[in-house]
Amino acid sequence: MSKVKNIETDNLGRPVEATTKKTGMGIKASRRISNIIVYAILVLITVIWLFPFVGIVFDSFRMESTSQVSYLIPKQWGFGNYINLFTKTDFLKWFLNTALMGVATSVIQTVFVLSMSYVLSRMRFKGRKGLMNIMLILGMFPGFLTLILIYKVFSDLHLTEGMAPLGLIIVYCASSGMGYYVSKGFFDTIPKSLDEAARVDGATRFQVFYKVIMPLSKPIVIYTMLMGFMAPWGDFMMASYIIHENNEGMNVAVGMYEWLSRTMLNTTYTRFCAAGVTVSIPVVAVFLALQKYYVQGVTGGAVKG
Amino acid sequence: MKKLTTLQYLKLNRFQKFGYNFVDFLASIPGWFVKLGVAIWNLIKKFGLWIKEDVVDTCRTFKRGDWVIKLSFLVMGLGNLVNGQILRGILFLLFELVFFTYMFVPTGGIYWIKKCQFFTRDTIGTQPPVEVYDPIKDVYVTTYFDDSTKVLLYGLISIVFILAFIYTWHLQIKQCSTILKIKEGGGKLKGTKDDLKSMLDEQFHKTLLALPIVGITMFTVLPIIFMVLIAFTSFDATADGYKNLYSWVGWDNFNKIFDTGVGGLGLVFGELLSWTLIWSFFATFTNYFLGMAVAMLINKKGIKIKKFWRTVLVMTIAIPQFVSLLYVARLFDAPALNIDGSVGEGGGIIGRLLLQLKLIPQSMIADKQFSLWQNATSARILVIIINIWIGIPYVMLMATGILMNIPADLYESAKIDGANPWQQFTRITLPYMLFVTGPYLLTNFVGNLNNFNVIYLLTGGAPSKTQVGAVPGAVGETDLLITWLFKITTGSTSDYKTASVVGILIFVVVAVLSLIVYNVIPSNRNEEDFR
Repeated sequence: MSKVKNIETDNLGRPVEATTKKTGMGIKASRRISNIIVYAILVLITVIWLFPFVGIVFDSFRMESTSQVSYLIPKQWGFGNYINLFTKTDFLKWFLNTALMGVATSVIQTVFVLSMSYVLSRMRFKGRKGLMNIMLILGMFPGFLTLILIYKVFSDLHLTEGMAPLGLIIVYCASSGMGYYVSKGFFDTIPKSLDEAARVDGATRFQVFYKVIMPLSKPIVIYTMLMGFMAPWGDFMMASYIIHENNEGMNVAVGMYEWLSRTMLNTTYTRFCAAGVTVSIPVVAVFLALQKYYVQGVTGGAVKG
Repeated sequence: MKKLTTLQYLKLNRFQKFGYNFVDFLASIPGWFVKLGVAIWNLIKKFGLWIKEDVVDTCRTFKRGDWVIKLSFLVMGLGNLVNGQILRGILFLLFELVFFTYMFVPTGGIYWIKKCQFFTRDTIGTQPPVEVYDPIKDVYVTTYFDDSTKVLLYGLISIVFILAFIYTWHLQIKQCSTILKIKEGGGKLKGTKDDLKSMLDEQFHKTLLALPIVGITMFTVLPIIFMVLIAFTSFDATADGYKNLYSWVGWDNFNKIFDTGVGGLGLVFGELLSWTLIWSFFATFTNYFLGMAVAMLINKKGIKIKKFWRTVLVMTIAIPQFVSLLYVARLFDAPALNIDGSVGEGGGIIGRLLLQLKLIPQSMIADKQFSLWQNATSARILVIIINIWIGIPYVMLMATGILMNIPADLYESAKIDGANPWQQFTRITLPYMLFVTGPYLLTNFVGNLNNFNVIYLLTGGAPSKTQVGAVPGAVGETDLLITWLFKITTGSTSDYKTASVVGILIFVVVAVLSLIVYNVIPSNRNEEDFR
């Protein structure tokens, strides 16, 4: 984002220097009007986008009722929902489970993804194309179905239910090599002549990887780690299958899902909001801090496919 | 169809070009099958040649080798061991020992493969549980023997093991042949030290790939093969493989899902598939165009605090989806109604407002549907709208970067030719975007086909379908195939066989779509349109 923020552009996204400069009141006035319209739209978008988030924060501080109400601003403010959340429920356990999964997945997945993408991008060997095609085809199957077997095996190994976080880390990481596309796109952009120069100087391939390419790859390493960290926080599908309604092993998504079900809504609505805010704070903080790298990844990945 | 020359093609307008490409695509389909046939034939021929060469090479190695080499045909790794490649030799030998031990112990590989009863319509596993009366305690005691799932898994692993053994044996023979050649022609054999060194150098790719590939094999390839096999069995909640063994049923499950008659799942599957495709289409393209529009608004000259606007939008990416989606879904809930028909307590803020402002259509009120979630059509529209809220930021971020890359001189010359902003958009910006983001659109479309989170967290598939007959899982009007799959496999009535069939069909849909998209849209010709 920082890459583009300072460049003034017109509505078609081209740099301003490139447009022909015409002077005259008519153009200036019409530009001002169009800018006002654009501002109005952007403000409207901001309101729509932030309304739910403001709502959830207000609801989390609401003390007078635990259910949904028809007004936005609480009549009575307080931390009661948060205190209840940590003292009367298993939320802390779920939160720590998820945080553990986030950190572990972030590190392990990065090793898997970077090895795979580095090899596919910068090395040529027999079977490379075949390997890529196989992974493309495997990716077309709904990954969820692999859980039928994995659950069976894991439950014999005691990696489900109470120990689900451990099992889920394995599930998230083991096949993560298949998501190599974005980082391969990144490695593709590093000139090959760098490798060749180092090889001529007598570096082994490992040294090229470790001493030449890795120092240049900070953005993609951070992007991959960020993705790995975010995934367990949002995962409901796989997690709920492996956890199998066991309180000990729940992640936040599965644990909190019940609180907004229509049967429990009236007693746990504000509790859900407090939990939602608590969960969002670390994730949003990490995300906004590393936003720059996320944008680079998204843009690069989209262009290269 | 008449083939156009490049010049004629360039004279067509955009729609004619698309039409031309489309007809071209249709006309080329028979050609594909021919090509596919030729490709397969070539592959077989190549494979045959390879086998022939290989057999010749193997025979020569056996003939010309000394007794050590000859013996290594039986004792793997002997050739390596004697010639100083200690590490390789030990690994080969170890693998052979493990393989034969596993295969021929009483409950080893052969035992499991036999138990699978492949190519029959019998049960998987041969010993169902036995109930025995215990006269002392006066109860029936059940003893469990085979578990079909386990039998099938061990059988599968054993087959994989056999294939791996054949491959390794072949590899070992090849190495013997290399040893022979080097000995005859002179030169130095690689020792253990060289092998270890090359793992970080010439063979570094193998070192890096080892872990990811083992992971993918164990957690994706094997489970997917297993899943495909399950589609041909009767595995479900009653025949769970443990209390009741399940058996091979051939194509029965596939027949059932295409059977549109009574008792078949054809109608439900058809409805779900068409809604999934409709949803995917709208979810992808509304996000795409609106996201691009927002990106252009923020990029507009003279707009201040660009970073702020972007950050606001990015919040929906940063906040975990289950928090935002579950919360937003409840915002649209309807309040309870008082006896006199006035709006009562509860419900979400927006749901209340819609009811109070009488924005809920009369026809829905008449059916006692007071929130948008309770009607099939309105719920479907609402999920698409809320998905815009979730999806625009991704496209906005991506489009911002791409829009900057459009060469400015294109606009320059367009302006000189008298193009207005709309023409500039449709003739330059849009084609460029479409060309550059073609692969992204496809990925996004496929992602939306399998967009579990948005649907399941917003509606859970509700409102439920009426008149569907006996269908596994509670099917709803907004259910996608993937959420149906989830419902089938969880809960008390797990129907794994149907789930596997649906999974395979999702694969077919995705594969066909990818094939079509790659062949029609981003052709090289289009690139020349604006370059």
